Amino acid sequence: MKSRKYAVCLGVSALALMVPTLPALADATSDGIAHYRELLAEGNPAELWEMRGEELWREARGPKKATLEQCDLGQGAGVVKGAFVTLPRYFADTKRVQDLESRLLTCMETLQGIPAAEVAATPFGKGEQENIEALVAWISAESRGMQFNVPTSHPEEKRMYEVGKRAFHFRGGPHDFGCVTCHGDDGKRIRLQDLPNLTQPADAARGFGAWPAYRVSSGELWSMQRRLNDCFRQQRFPYPLYGSDVTIALSTYLGVTANGAGESIAPAIKR
Amino acid sequence: MAGPMRIRAASNGTETEVKVLMSHEMETGQRKDPSGALIPAHHITELTATHNGRVVLSGQFGPAVSKNPYLQFRFKGGAKGDKVTVSWVDNKGDKRSDEVVVS
Amino acid sequence: MNTQRRQALKSGGALGLFGVLVAAGLVTAEEARAAGWDKPAFDAKTMDDALKALGAGKPGESSDIMLNAPDIAENGAVVPVGVKSSLPGTEFIAILIEKNPSMLAASFTLPDGTPGDISTRVKMGQTSSVYALVKADGKYFMVSKEIKVTLGGCGG
Repeated sequence: MKSRKYAVCLGVSALALMVPTLPALADATSDGIAHYRELLAEGNPAELWEMRGEELWREARGPKKATLEQCDLGQGAGVVKGAFVTLPRYFADTKRVQDLESRLLTCMETLQGIPAAEVAATPFGKGEQENIEALVAWISAESRGMQFNVPTSHPEEKRMYEVGKRAFHFRGGPHDFGCVTCHGDDGKRIRLQDLPNLTQPADAARGFGAWPAYRVSSGELWSMQRRLNDCFRQQRFPYPLYGSDVTIALSTYLGVTANGAGESIAPAIKR
Repeated sequence: MAGPMRIRAASNGTETEVKVLMSHEMETGQRKDPSGALIPAHHITELTATHNGRVVLSGQFGPAVSKNPYLQFRFKGGAKGDKVTVSWVDNKGDKRSDEVVVS
Repeated sequence: MNTQRRQALKSGGALGLFGVLVAAGLVTAEEARAAGWDKPAFDAKTMDDALKALGAGKPGESSDIMLNAPDIAENGAVVPVGVKSSLPGTEFIAILIEKNPSMLAASFTLPDGTPGDISTRVKMGQTSSVYALVKADGKYFMVSKEIKVTLGGCGG
């Protein structure tokens, strides 16, 4: 059943991409949708996740009965403010570039003794994954209004940016699809939704900078990992492993592209 | 599972504006699970807001109120430091009550 | 509240005894409301039935009621709706959605000192008229607005 729904979704999107937009109609509709989003901006249910995330950060949990307050998100142990807009970045202790979610896995394992591999294998929205979703909601909210400043000074960061750029432009799968198919040009849309051109700084800031977000359609909080996982699904690619290098490389590419081009509004509210 | 509400109450000197986010599934009773069985309705039915113990709003929700409901209203009076309490019950008898200090 | 009314409510069951009592004129809509969740009103499948269950009869029109809602909703699962009534003595506000399986989405009773100004979010199954019903100074008024419901793209 699921696969059929997806097929329909992709079918419509392919059609929408080909049909030229009727300007007048599109303007009225865009204004209407802008008004809808404006009305929703007040009272984003993501705040319910933020509240829980802040508690989880300070709560002694796991086999080691420890909090996450000594977790280093790149700004020093325990520093949360400003961390979100500088991720992904290279971490010397793990010798890899990590995004917020994979870094949280490291902290949960090293500080709390919660096995990272188990958490990574847990379905979205369940168990410890639900906790990570709450944590990313709070941690990202602590950087609200700040400009993206994702580092590229370390060779590994540079490499991940290049890998992410290639992954973004890589087309494959049964529909010869890639991220670039939907997000590589200006003025594209799916049904009524304008698609950000993620190769351009302002759009990258607007697109990348909106996740994590509360999804109105499912009433859930989606992390960037979950959003990327869904991109892979829509392209009919095999699902990427949670926190895997290709997902972090894509985030690095998007984040670096967004640098200085806009403020983080995460966690946003999305359709 | 009923998590805590997010309540904000702000006084401008003459009125207090209250914004509430509730954590609730608000299941309609119209949806089916993957096996085709109807998912039973589960939604908030009644809610009450009080200011220092006096009722300032009472409401009734049907299943058509969105998941994780949002409610905004205002009342005359209220000063910084006062207490605003919001309580709800749902159709399964679950209940939740949270309090916030007016800012 | 008297014991008899509690009993009536308990034994009302799925048929909604209160609805029967209201229809028979034995209990007013206000009394039913005060006694707990207004099942007959929330179960009503037509506008007339919903208005009857709410005791609103045939509401008048008013230019003193504002329905603040978008013309178009990107997703019917969450449609912001605000009702603002500047009618003196506004004591009750209800939000009804014509093409939902049950019309009534939410209702609010406003004691003295609470202005008629409420915002919430509702689900809409499809494009429909949305109604704001207001009781002020004992009289009912209603305004409406059509909200188009669309489906957005794949990812958001």
